Amino acid sequence: MATENPAGDLRLANLSKTFGAFTAVDELSLTIPQGSFFALLGASGCGKTTTLRMVAGLEEPTSGQVLLGDRDITRLRPYKRPVNTVFQSYALFPHLDIFENVAFGLRRRGIRPVHGPVRQMLSLVQLDGYERRRPAQLSGGQQQRVALARALINHPQVLLLDEPLGALDLKLRRQMQIELKRIQVEVGITFVHVTHDQEEAMTMADTVAVMNAGRIEQLGTPAEIYEFPATAFVANFLGQSNLIAADVSGGNGGDLLVTAHGARFSVPSARSRADQGPVFLGVRPEKLQLAAAAGQVPAGNQHLEGSITDASYVGVSTQYLLRTGWGTELSVFVANTGAQERFAVGERVVAHWNPQHAFLLDRRADEHDRTTPVLVP
Amino acid sequence: MSALAHLPTGSRQPASPPKAARSERYRLLPYLLLLPGAAWLFLFFVVPLVQLAAASLYDPTGSLSTGYVLTWAFGNYPAAVQAYWPQFARSFAYAGIALLLALLMGYPLAYAIAQRAGRWKNLLLVCVIAPMFTSFLVRTLAWKTILSDNGWLVGLLRDVHLLGPDGRLLATPIAVVLGLTYNFLPFLVLPLYASLERLDHRLLEASSDLYASPLKTFRRVTLPLSMPGLIAGTLLFFIPATGDYINAELLGTPNEYMIGNVIDSAFLVRLDYPQGAALSFLLMSAILAVVFGYLRRAGTREVL
Ligand SMILES: Nc1ncnc2c1ncn2[C@@H]1O[C@H](COP(=O)(O)OP(=O)(O)OP(=O)(O)O)[C@@H](O)[C@H]1O
Ligand SMILES: [Mg+2]
Repeated sequence: MATENPAGDLRLANLSKTFGAFTAVDELSLTIPQGSFFALLGASGCGKTTTLRMVAGLEEPTSGQVLLGDRDITRLRPYKRPVNTVFQSYALFPHLDIFENVAFGLRRRGIRPVHGPVRQMLSLVQLDGYERRRPAQLSGGQQQRVALARALINHPQVLLLDEPLGALDLKLRRQMQIELKRIQVEVGITFVHVTHDQEEAMTMADTVAVMNAGRIEQLGTPAEIYEFPATAFVANFLGQSNLIAADVSGGNGGDLLVTAHGARFSVPSARSRADQGPVFLGVRPEKLQLAAAAGQVPAGNQHLEGSITDASYVGVSTQYLLRTGWGTELSVFVANTGAQERFAVGERVVAHWNPQHAFLLDRRADEHDRTTPVLVP
Repeated sequence: MSALAHLPTGSRQPASPPKAARSERYRLLPYLLLLPGAAWLFLFFVVPLVQLAAASLYDPTGSLSTGYVLTWAFGNYPAAVQAYWPQFARSFAYAGIALLLALLMGYPLAYAIAQRAGRWKNLLLVCVIAPMFTSFLVRTLAWKTILSDNGWLVGLLRDVHLLGPDGRLLATPIAVVLGLTYNFLPFLVLPLYASLERLDHRLLEASSDLYASPLKTFRRVTLPLSMPGLIAGTLLFFIPATGDYINAELLGTPNEYMIGNVIDSAFLVRLDYPQGAALSFLLMSAILAVVFGYLRRAGTREVL
């Protein structure tokens, strides 16, 4: 089967796709190592599906190449590629029952036997007993699982998953995530997984790429991307960030000094994406801590003052909104460990953070503080 | 579902009387809606059909002037078959060949219009339907001109030696089959178009993603999904083509006459009503038999 083929990594080289004057995918270059679990994250319409379609051969790139190992498959017809897709729209064959839908790939390649693998696959996606139903007789989540089984049964070299778990409830989704991960590790298939669910991307993937407007903004392990985002878009797309507009005012040994709204802060230069001009000073809400007075701030921590404008108790944590002296509201998540005191709306507090947890990002001169989660750019 | 099943039966509310009356009205509604159509069918289809059935069993020695007597003359049927079985066979053969030709032309045509025509779609559809704006008779007469001995087509075919120096098209079986193919083609193309138009392009992509070559995709996805249109189209083509008599009349000779021509002359020329009626009934049953055989083979599952 395909896995015995040592062909290797999936490589996209300067891959572009334009529809008329609109550029859906813009000079995309990346390498996905064989057998890795790669997650593609990005806002709706940023070109994720288009990228997958070019890998599958369903869309012809305007320029650039798709390589599988040393083999250039850019112009190879889709049915000749060792690549299968779980389509965002499922695309199940309405005239075939579930069994035949799942068996489709095996039958077209003349692989026998068919019965064993199909039943095994159906039980994997928890659809035993549904063999003789038509797709129209299944719920959305069940159809999605059939789509998954139909692609997975072929053990392709690369499996493209376009939001394959979007229609499942939380419990089933967790189960399928574990199953998918298990299969991926066991069979060594390269998974390219498109998802809107950040948590899914972070828990499952070895490498995450955050896409925006047809380009990859950042690529790395989930922890790298979360802890040290490369751009303001990434910082707000993956989790929440408090981004404060600042300007670099100088350096001090291994630190950069920035001025924001009249206050001065320092950030280690190893945590900066820019070392001059306008920048964003970023801190994740859970990295901010609250204290009643400046005197309680541990030595070495940066701090700023403000007043609480909102406090929502959500069980594991309390989420505060803190209005700074210049009017911006910062989010602060405080874990309910029982060790911290709780603050009430209206109280004046000091927010502080370890400078190792802050980061500096490039900023256009006309951009202001960005502290609410931005989901669509 | 299971939650409902576990409810104790005693807790079920008996339907209240006004509700029952309303549901009674709704039960009758479909029949009320059927009434005008059913009355029409009864008056103008069932009654004449019974009349025709009676006529087919009249005493064959009677005539319009001496009058007919219903003698339950079942012998009319074997007599009619014996006398006109070649025309019967010819009807089915010509209609069958024409159907094959129409399928060869019509399927790609319907597919191209439905899936590939883009903004030309409506224009092409009008082109398919446009000939229907003129009368059937005029269209067939036009074919007479096209196929005539001194027409350009015959000239061309003679020049390339596909026809001998005295070869002709008009007054041959070829002309009749061509006429049938042409005249009934839209009846095949339109239903086919309707079902190919609904074909989801993404299914074809999924098929090709799952290792099916274009040919296999056609065989396994496109064809089965267009089955309802294909069945409707073949029936709409084959049934009138089998009973047709204009094409044989205008483009053929008595040697090409189909059963429609015989029925036509039985009623209007020879005034042999019992025979005409018997032939009509035979034609109807033969077509019904073919259609049911076809539907059973094609599988009604795809039709529904
Ligand atoms: N065939 C097409 N013609 C014109 N524009 C297209 C076509 N296909 C996609 N686009 C455009 O390209 C952009 C990227 O589309 P794509 O389907 O790749 O988005 P996506 O990242 O998968 O979004 P989503 O998360 O909503 O699925 C969109 O703006 C879309 O409108
Ligand atoms: Mg998409």
